[in-house]
Amino acid sequence: MTDPVLSVRDLRVRFRSGGRETQVVHGVDFDIRGGETLALVGESGSGKSVTSFALMRLLPEAPRCRISGSVRIGGVELLELSERRMAAIRGPRIAMIFQEPLTSLNPVHRVGDQIAEAIRFHRRMSRSAIRARVIELLSMVGIPDPARRMHAYPGEMSGGMRQRVVIAMALALEPDLLIADEPTTALDVTVQAQILELLKDIQRRTNMAMLFITHDFGVVAEIADRVMVMYAGRIVEGGELAEVLSSPRMPYTRGLLGSVPRFEDAGLRSGPLGTIEGFVPSPDALPQGCAFHPRCPHARPGLCDVDLPDLTAVDGTGHRVRCLRASEPLATENTEVPA
Amino acid sequence: MTTLIEASGLKQHYPVRQGLLGRQTASVRAVDGIDLRIRRGEVLGLVGESGSGKSTFGRTLMMMEQPTSGAVLYEGADLVGRSHKALHPYRRKMQMVFQDPFSSLNPRMTVEDSLTMPLRFHQPELTAAQRRDQAAETLERVGLPRSMISRYPHEFSGGQRQRIGIARALMVKPEFIVADEPVSALDVSVQAQVLNLFSSIRETLGLTILFVTHDLAVVGHIADRVAVMYLGRIMEIAPTRALFTAPAHPYTETLLSAAPQPAVGAKRQRIAMKGEPPSPLAPPSGCVFRTRCAHASPECAAARPPLRQRGPDHFSACIRDDLSLVPAVVEKQSL
Ligand SMILES: Nc1ncnc2c1ncn2[C@@H]1O[C@H](COP(=O)(O)OP(=O)(O)OP(=O)(O)O)[C@@H](O)[C@H]1O
Ligand SMILES: Nc1ncnc2c1ncn2[C@@H]1O[C@H](COP(=O)(O)OP(=O)(O)OP(=O)(O)O)[C@@H](O)[C@H]1O
Ligand code: SF4
Ligand SMILES: [Mg+2]
Ligand SMILES: [Mg+2]
Repeated sequence: MTDPVLSVRDLRVRFRSGGRETQVVHGVDFDIRGGETLALVGESGSGKSVTSFALMRLLPEAPRCRISGSVRIGGVELLELSERRMAAIRGPRIAMIFQEPLTSLNPVHRVGDQIAEAIRFHRRMSRSAIRARVIELLSMVGIPDPARRMHAYPGEMSGGMRQRVVIAMALALEPDLLIADEPTTALDVTVQAQILELLKDIQRRTNMAMLFITHDFGVVAEIADRVMVMYAGRIVEGGELAEVLSSPRMPYTRGLLGSVPRFEDAGLRSGPLGTIEGFVPSPDALPQGCAFHPRCPHARPGLCDVDLPDLTAVDGTGHRVRCLRASEPLATENTEVPA
Repeated sequence: MTTLIEASGLKQHYPVRQGLLGRQTASVRAVDGIDLRIRRGEVLGLVGESGSGKSTFGRTLMMMEQPTSGAVLYEGADLVGRSHKALHPYRRKMQMVFQDPFSSLNPRMTVEDSLTMPLRFHQPELTAAQRRDQAAETLERVGLPRSMISRYPHEFSGGQRQRIGIARALMVKPEFIVADEPVSALDVSVQAQVLNLFSSIRETLGLTILFVTHDLAVVGHIADRVAVMYLGRIMEIAPTRALFTAPAHPYTETLLSAAPQPAVGAKRQRIAMKGEPPSPLAPPSGCVFRTRCAHASPECAAARPPLRQRGPDHFSACIRDDLSLVPAVVEKQSL
């Protein structure tokens, strides 16, 4: 097997404010290989964005924020790089796109100039070569009439077109790894479908690795090869797409999947949706033991509220589950959609 | 079933002003001629992409804005053009639930004050104790403990705030609720709780609901019928199951095919939209969807297609009935 493009080990992130330290990422491990898409799913506040910002080294400096562990890309340890060397890595090695395209685009500059600037920062190229590359990129992301559209301002484009420009900018230096943090959440489903198709197509052509962050299992099913489910700053389940979606083992994953309304049942009045009682805990008040135990229909007193479960392999496919009862056959919870 | 509320030829056009003199140069046809009957006791889903006019339609139906033209009939009585005073009895019957309950709750008011406020206006005869009782009762109905009545909005999670938003709408015992993207800002597990709450209150209170959302799976779960909107017009309206199993408008087909589904291997056929979204200032002639439609023919530009019946209770505004459109769900044949 080829070496992973990205290797993350025991990643931890702590924030300090008002003399108090709060840990929001608690030891995350994963690898992504070239051409592979790993989806990171979880509800709001679970730590998905903080994880991705940590990889990009975009979090505040110490002492406001402390990152530990290891993030290696092509053998280089990112957590030890100077800010100057890190700036040289962002773009050519690792690039990121965000949920709201306007946060990555400057409204007062033409979109073509912004892409050109991103290229100029890293590469010595002639003006005309850069211009040709900008047009090539815009046409690759499906923007019609790129030679004219490169002169447009972000405000003159639709949301979908703007997100394409952001993708073009992220891909300008052919990164080994693209981190996409909810890149389609603000878009209409038809536009989302186009953007997902575009990302898959580019990946097929460039063998880029992708970390795709979302809270939508539908999007996961579209785009991912492997999935990690995050809860309260920890990976609670991970594995091949089909394994996790078809045979989820962690009660949280099962609850989440059971709460999604299904097309097959549309209009059938199929009864109440499955729910997970309670709320995601605040990072500064995590429950002892399994962080999910206060909400878990299978929690066993004296066990789940005491011991912190490890992320353990449950079979030979790389399916890993963080649950003290993972090896027991669990009764179908009432959180499951009725068949 | 009887009609509770009806839109007839309803239009809401917003002037666009430009230049020093602020002259009207064009108008956005946010709602552009909608005929629709909402039946007593049903949940009618309203779907469509951003900017299609869903919220504008909801607001206009609630008479929060006077329409440009057309009628809004509540149990047959036209509400358009009525004075503030003449609308007053209808205000109580129609309530709204918004996407972001936080922005509609006053941060300096306790839950009790937020909930009892509409009662002071609509039922001034009640005593303070009666109002408080009713607020506590309504809180329980939406699944929150009575004890939370003296708390402030910031002390609640997103899902709890949405419950308070629903409780506030229920305080005046409305008949009709417009819920505008009420679960769009919520995480899936919380979304499920709030959807279940909507299902239970519509049963127990016999409410009529216009449920506005851009999420087709959500509408499939909650609605009895679904109307699909594009550029200010209704493209298709059908019983929910029929819309998913036998869509009769190419826009519905496209929308359904684009919605991602959390199922593995079930790669569905995706129907791409051509070109770019048209400007709402200059919608295409004839069928407004024709510039993006995979099935458009030259006749589609000629005249605006009316809603035509295509099945039981099923209407589509497409001139072509020779198409076999791809359904989102295939009915399993019973052996
Ligand atoms: N700069 C910061 N300082 C302190 N706490 C922070 C900071 N950024 C994020 N957090 C906290 O870290 C936790 C994880 O946040 P994060 O943004 O990673 O969640 P997320 O999974 O991306 O959620 P969403 O789906 O809402 O984007 C949250 O509790 C958040 O409040
Ligand atoms: N008060 C207003 N003045 C001018 N234009 C408006 C006004 N309200 C809405 N519009 C325009 O009318 C059209 C329909 O907007 P509306 O908000 O009703 O769409 P929507 O379907 O609810 O979209 P979304 O899914 O984004 O909420 C849009 O082009 C919008 O910009
Ligand atoms: S460890 Fe216990 S509480 Fe946590 S998910 Fe498993 S059964 Fe539930
Ligand atoms: Mg995030
Ligand atoms: Mg709206």
